[in-house]
Amino acid sequence: MSTARRAALIALVLLVLVTIPFVMPGYKTSLAIEMLIFATLAMSIDILAGFAGRTSLGHGALFGIATYVVLYYVATLGGSPWIGMLLGILAATVAAVVFAVLAIRTSGVYFLLLTLALGMIVWGICLRWASVTGGENGIRGAVAPPFLAQQSALYFFVLAIAAAMTWLMWRFVSSPFGLTLKGIRESESRMRALGYNVPLHLFIGFTVSGFFAGMAGVLYALFNSFVSPSTVALAQSVEGLLMVIVGGVGTLFGSLVGAVVIISLENFVSFYTERWPSVLGLMFILTMIFAPQGLLGWTRALLARRHARKRVDHSGGGTTHGSQSIP
Amino acid sequence: MSMTVFQALNGITFAALLFIVASGFTLIFGLMRIVNLAHGALYLAGGYVGLLVVQKTGSFFFAVVAAAMAVAMIGLFTHSVLLRFVTGHVLRQVLLTLGVALVLDDLALVMWGGDAFTVAVPEMLRGPFHLGTLSYPKYRLFLLLFGIAIFIGLWLLLHHTRLGALIRAGVDDAEMVDAMGIDIQRVFVYTFMLGSALAGIGGVMGGAFLTLYPTADAEILVFSLAVVIIGGRGSLPGTAIGALFVGLLATFGQVWFPELAYFVIFGPMALLLAFRPLGLFGRAA
Repeated sequence: MSTARRAALIALVLLVLVTIPFVMPGYKTSLAIEMLIFATLAMSIDILAGFAGRTSLGHGALFGIATYVVLYYVATLGGSPWIGMLLGILAATVAAVVFAVLAIRTSGVYFLLLTLALGMIVWGICLRWASVTGGENGIRGAVAPPFLAQQSALYFFVLAIAAAMTWLMWRFVSSPFGLTLKGIRESESRMRALGYNVPLHLFIGFTVSGFFAGMAGVLYALFNSFVSPSTVALAQSVEGLLMVIVGGVGTLFGSLVGAVVIISLENFVSFYTERWPSVLGLMFILTMIFAPQGLLGWTRALLARRHARKRVDHSGGGTTHGSQSIP
Repeated sequence: MSMTVFQALNGITFAALLFIVASGFTLIFGLMRIVNLAHGALYLAGGYVGLLVVQKTGSFFFAVVAAAMAVAMIGLFTHSVLLRFVTGHVLRQVLLTLGVALVLDDLALVMWGGDAFTVAVPEMLRGPFHLGTLSYPKYRLFLLLFGIAIFIGLWLLLHHTRLGALIRAGVDDAEMVDAMGIDIQRVFVYTFMLGSALAGIGGVMGGAFLTLYPTADAEILVFSLAVVIIGGRGSLPGTAIGALFVGLLATFGQVWFPELAYFVIFGPMALLLAFRPLGLFGRAA
């Protein structure tokens, strides 16, 4: 895609996003807020899954830690929302540091297993440490600062932060550092032989990714005004990862598409039946079997094939790039 | 003093249950490199099947057999119908089993609801067992013996049968076994069914004293993961040691810091990983 076309596309997406609260106020705007928040979470997962080749199942927990801290600080202790938000981001980042120290030495399925176990330990603590977390009842309370009380104000606040985070994440993955992560994904031993400090790069990558997950978690606290163990549960990480996969692993912006698809579907399904977890599970199974490269990757591959067929007399096709499938 | 002995016994008997469940997990993980995240859901499914059979027939023995068979069938379906499509893609397999877990849990919620159920144990296993001044629930002692029996059974299977030899060879190098003209796929199917059956048996055994409820599967899965992470992939002694470790820590953790019991398992696991990322008995894949 040329620079001009890409700029036009970004402008169009932003324009659509800005008009949402005017065109569809009420319930649909709140859905859009949720999509923006989960797109941020999904992109933070994609930093690791798509660029460092490390699929994490612990990001739901990092996300939820931030939500818990904000709600605990603001609703239970009665602190200021701004400090609460800062503490939430800090807590998620610190947790990401701990996760990273333990997990970066592993790769592939071990990494997945370890982040899963770490995330579930967070879940267990949130469930059992009832004097702080409220146990299964969770913590409830309006934590958004007063000027965000109106839905449209909250929407624009979330949109501004999500857009800023998206830009930062995009800068991060396209920086020389991000390219090094890609190098590690392709061949860890080669990067080590070239003199790169692989564990340090992964450590920083994980921590940065955790910071963004924490940002999303803080926004979720403002939006939802409620947190319970299901916010840090495995299902949260799973849903985030599914958004990444549906949108295309390693495309970053695809996560936005993934979030829109999954959350729309969740609401559509929940309208008819309470069996959303079953549908989510089936989607996971079907995606793994039929479209591991995601919807975007799938359509792009399809288009590329048609394109290549059309141009076959000129250049004889070309290499396609873009989203990769889960290995 | 006797309180500590009591807690230690609780820890060891819980470890027996963890061993039963985690040994199935590590068998599948070791041989096929498949991390079966549906293992917790299989545990829960087995427990519910056992519950149903005990209610209908009143026989605990039948319950265990039925649970093992039913869950082995779910395992067979998962392996031979679903996982067949993603052979060779390790992460895709893991994520697919996660989808299976979500569906199974949701189905269990539909059928049994959110209440906690206890599987009834036979008359002869009820009540306490007296030894001097100490009295301890009979069922838990039975569980300990059962766990040891499973360990011996699996050990004999792995080291003194043809199937066991094939499994061990497959753990080391599945491709080579295949190249020698042995149908490794069939070994895979048997192992997957055996591993699943162990989860189902664990479900009945655990359901008799831990009760069965919708998030029980997640809890047992965390413990099993911790056991396998500590013990190392595919190692029976590693699983036994890991189970003892986690079982004792979880029990004493609950006594010392009731609210932070999970954190207590996390500490040693983290420490171990810092030095041996592949676990005590783990070898690089």
